[in-house]
Amino acid sequence: MPKLIITDRSGKKSEIEYDSNFTLMETLRDNGYDIEASCGGCCACATCHVYIDEKWTNKLKNMDDDEESMLDQAFDVKKNSRLSCQIELSEELDGLEVEIAPE
Amino acid sequence: MTEKTDVVIIGAGPVGLFAVFELGLLNIKCHLVDNLDKVGGQCAELYPEKPIYDIPSRPVVTGQELTDELIKQINPFKPKFHLNQQVEKIAKTEYGWIVETNIGTKVEAKCIVVAAGAGSFVPRKPPIENIENFENKNVFYAIRDKSIFKNKKILIAGGGDSALDWTNELSKDSNVTLIHRRKEFRAAPDSVSKMQELETKGKIKFLKGQIKKISKIQDSRIILEYESDDEKSNIEVDYLLPFFGLKMELGPIAEWGLNLHENLIKVDTEKFQTSTPSIFAIGDINWYPGKLKLILSGFHESALMAQEVFKYCFPDKKNIFRYTTSSKELQKKLGV
Repeated sequence: MPKLIITDRSGKKSEIEYDSNFTLMETLRDNGYDIEASCGGCCACATCHVYIDEKWTNKLKNMDDDEESMLDQAFDVKKNSRLSCQIELSEELDGLEVEIAPE
Repeated sequence: MTEKTDVVIIGAGPVGLFAVFELGLLNIKCHLVDNLDKVGGQCAELYPEKPIYDIPSRPVVTGQELTDELIKQINPFKPKFHLNQQVEKIAKTEYGWIVETNIGTKVEAKCIVVAAGAGSFVPRKPPIENIENFENKNVFYAIRDKSIFKNKKILIAGGGDSALDWTNELSKDSNVTLIHRRKEFRAAPDSVSKMQELETKGKIKFLKGQIKKISKIQDSRIILEYESDDEKSNIEVDYLLPFFGLKMELGPIAEWGLNLHENLIKVDTEKFQTSTPSIFAIGDINWYPGKLKLILSGFHESALMAQEVFKYCFPDKKNIFRYTTSSKELQKKLGV
């Protein structure tokens, strides 16, 4: 199984396995990470905000306008900010490094 | 003045609305309370234009369409809405319960139905250290009385409709600066062009950046440190108005002594009653083994809850189960 490397809000790094039929948000939540995702993953809130390691940002599909707009409701937005519900996992993302943004 | 009804429903989202229908068929009258200024809950506030594909018999329906049609469906039962307010306190009375909101509305009812979804929508507060010390003095998340801002220096933060509308409105009588993390805005195009016009004319200022720190200086003014492309700057203002949309929290419900399961209200799956008799919970706010947070589950829960509420409202009457397709009496209630 491919893996993700996740840094949680306390700075703790762990590896989790993923199934590429799911989004990053679903995978994080299923693994017990504290991701609110209050809209359920339809890009209508900004409570699944993560930072993608710079090495990986250009390997992801570009953000659409909807996602970029929703990030306006997030805080501590950086160049590598993404909403994890909009990231569809695939085999090519094996080893993706993700940090969960502060609440 | 205290109003009287049969049931107070807390939350006017899809499940709260449909509860009016199921209760109405049993002659039970309802009032609904919601913290938003409109009905429909998350469907209307978070994703009005987004499609929902799992409502039985509706291959696709948007959040707003679902809300509009539920309102149409419950209209014959004439529910009373108390919007823009949050239920703060509940107390037991001889009649049942008295429910009081944060703006003083009081309604007495036989039963309470909590259909509060993920909780109340409240303003999202920026995670700036010590910001709470400035709230309601220098920092406001909503504007009740705009006259206090007259001739003052104001920093508005955000890029949505509230931020842009207030920038345009307050620029008439105040010195307004708008701060947003980028030069694009998701507000209505009209408001955006109006703001850009004001900026060109020098009536407002625009800063690209994100606020990081707040501190006080003399004369009740505040200094805000903001960061733009890794560079830090300061701005001194009288007021900060952050508009970063809404988030949901359980709020006062947590203090009513109901048994909870990870911030959700425990119910049984026969009556959807909480640990307190005559208080019920339906929709996303409840929990029972196997619970799925689906609108359709909430609809089912409404129907079963109504059977039990009937017993509280009409203890001496027998509830005979009938179908809307065949019962003349139910059809009369529906006005069809």
